[in-house]
Amino acid sequence: MTAFEPWRLERAEEIVAGCAGLEGAALPMLHAVQAAFGHVPRPAIALIAKTLNLSRAEVYGAMSFYHDFRHAPPGRRVVKVCRAESCQATGGEAAARFLLADLGIAWGETTADGAVTVEAVYCLGLCAVSPAALIDGEPLGRLDGMTLTQAARA
Amino acid sequence: MTRVFIPKDSAALAVGAEATARAIAAEAARLGEAVEIVRTGSRGLFWLEPAVEVETARGRIGYGPATAKDVPGLFAAGFLTGGDHPLRLGDLETHLWLVGQTRITFASCGLVDSASLTDYRAHGGLKGLERARAIGAAGVIEAITASGLRGRGGAGFPAGIKWKTVADTLAMRKFVVCNADEGDSGTFADRMIMEGDPFALIEGMAIAALAVGAAKGFVYSRSEYPHANAAFAAAIAAARADGFLEGFDLELRVGAGAYVCGEETALLESLEGRRGQVRAKPPLPAHKGLFAMPTVVNNVLTLATAPWILVNGGEAYAALGTGRSRGTQPIQLAGNVKFPGLYEAPFGLTLGQIVHDIGGGTASGRPVKAVQCGGPLGAYFPPALFDILYDYEAFAARDGLIGHGGIVVFDDTVDMAVQARFAFEFCAIESCGKCTPCRIGSVRGAETVQRVIDGVDVEANLALAADLCNTLKFGSLCALGGFTPYPVMSAITHWPEDFQQPKV
Repeated sequence: MTAFEPWRLERAEEIVAGCAGLEGAALPMLHAVQAAFGHVPRPAIALIAKTLNLSRAEVYGAMSFYHDFRHAPPGRRVVKVCRAESCQATGGEAAARFLLADLGIAWGETTADGAVTVEAVYCLGLCAVSPAALIDGEPLGRLDGMTLTQAARA
Repeated sequence: MTRVFIPKDSAALAVGAEATARAIAAEAARLGEAVEIVRTGSRGLFWLEPAVEVETARGRIGYGPATAKDVPGLFAAGFLTGGDHPLRLGDLETHLWLVGQTRITFASCGLVDSASLTDYRAHGGLKGLERARAIGAAGVIEAITASGLRGRGGAGFPAGIKWKTVADTLAMRKFVVCNADEGDSGTFADRMIMEGDPFALIEGMAIAALAVGAAKGFVYSRSEYPHANAAFAAAIAAARADGFLEGFDLELRVGAGAYVCGEETALLESLEGRRGQVRAKPPLPAHKGLFAMPTVVNNVLTLATAPWILVNGGEAYAALGTGRSRGTQPIQLAGNVKFPGLYEAPFGLTLGQIVHDIGGGTASGRPVKAVQCGGPLGAYFPPALFDILYDYEAFAARDGLIGHGGIVVFDDTVDMAVQARFAFEFCAIESCGKCTPCRIGSVRGAETVQRVIDGVDVEANLALAADLCNTLKFGSLCALGGFTPYPVMSAITHWPEDFQQPKV
């Protein structure tokens, strides 16, 4: 389980300032903000824009381009299930359908109790132990519907 | 003190290597055995993971797949001295799967303590950089050119020519960028190097920097690789602390889930902090790359192979391979295959040898129906074409690509019309949106294949799909739109029956 901090502008300023010395700092800043708060809140976009002397549109444009950056915090557990070819060839889609049906959600959604978010990813580099998933950053392979669901709910 | 080697490779962790390591430490403590656990990369025999190796008087003896619950039994069987056990594999160096390989890029992966610069040096590490410093930039470029090494990211561009172009371009600053945005399904070799032999990549980057006159390098990795990123960041810190980089510095940057950032110009845009949109070429990155400065952009495997070439000479590398594909390719076998893993061999095997002799056919035991080579933008090959040689030009001649070396096997339960639709869907999800054929053609393509699957105007819609593919192939800015036709058209060409299903 990943615990995120509640939004605080002073904390965000500290995080963004920590990346200000990097060349091309926008992505590291967005990553650092999301790591702390679980998503990229609107005020953080303005803060990053001001720090890098960019427009808010430019920073929002970058943020919204990438699949990883979220507009709202995820569930307490994030399950990234691979939907790419190697996992397709080994029953990954059936395992994912089982998980989604069990949780009663669709791809990209969070359960009503806020416990689990399921996201689709395209390759985790775990193709030699397909089907695979990443649960709160921990890799899991040779999955089927049961083992995936158990791990997601554990 | 007995040394026990346990992989810390993500795929090994995914099947329980961490639990195995903890169980071995606990059981050793309980029995009062003096055991030192050394974490390594993976040898690449993934069906045997979690694999454990023990240093004995008779050499390194392997056991696997060894899960935590097997550990008490292993101790009881005396595995610390190489004792017999149903999971005993013997000396892995004599395992048929390893004996058949020519390990150059992966010579040390799985062998060395991946976090230890001392161990890296003990296994011959940093000799390539030493040699590079002795022969100078011109000598390095000569050796890399003579080796015939081509970009292992997929495009296969000669590394020596790229390095020479950057070296010959005058600029205030130059960069070495390592493309570690390994997004192709069925590929994991970059990840294995970052986790299992990270100093080889750092050394390779330092060699490239010396050759072109760069003082700064970036490694652009993926957010889908949290363990690789942690391992590689630690390796950079160790290299900096040691001081062998001598004026060269490198930084790890992590992408954010955009496949297209594996395309080199999109990667550069992303590194600069913008949307990962493809740039029009020219100018080439070698002339105007990162922050408009001359930039070498090479894949992890290309750079990690440079130290070996410097130590052994370009000719030794060029002596391997076939045609214009020189040296070795770390082939990554995945999907529905009995022996999935990393198999490094000189170019020139046949696809059939790779799938059947090395891969052992399907894991399900059913007949092989299709093999996708080169990631989601690569063609599907039917068994009828398994005589094709694994070689850049031979694949291109059959409308396929080697790409980054991934091979995904499917058994006869796969529906190729669904795979063709997925190729378009994937292109639509990952399109950067800059060029129209890719942005709109991919969406229309997925809709068109869906109509074929639904049995609506099948012939007309297949003709439309082929026409769309033609537009994508010749009208797209980069390989995402340009190569999506490969999986689509190969599926339509080789499995026409899958597109002619009666309407349910």
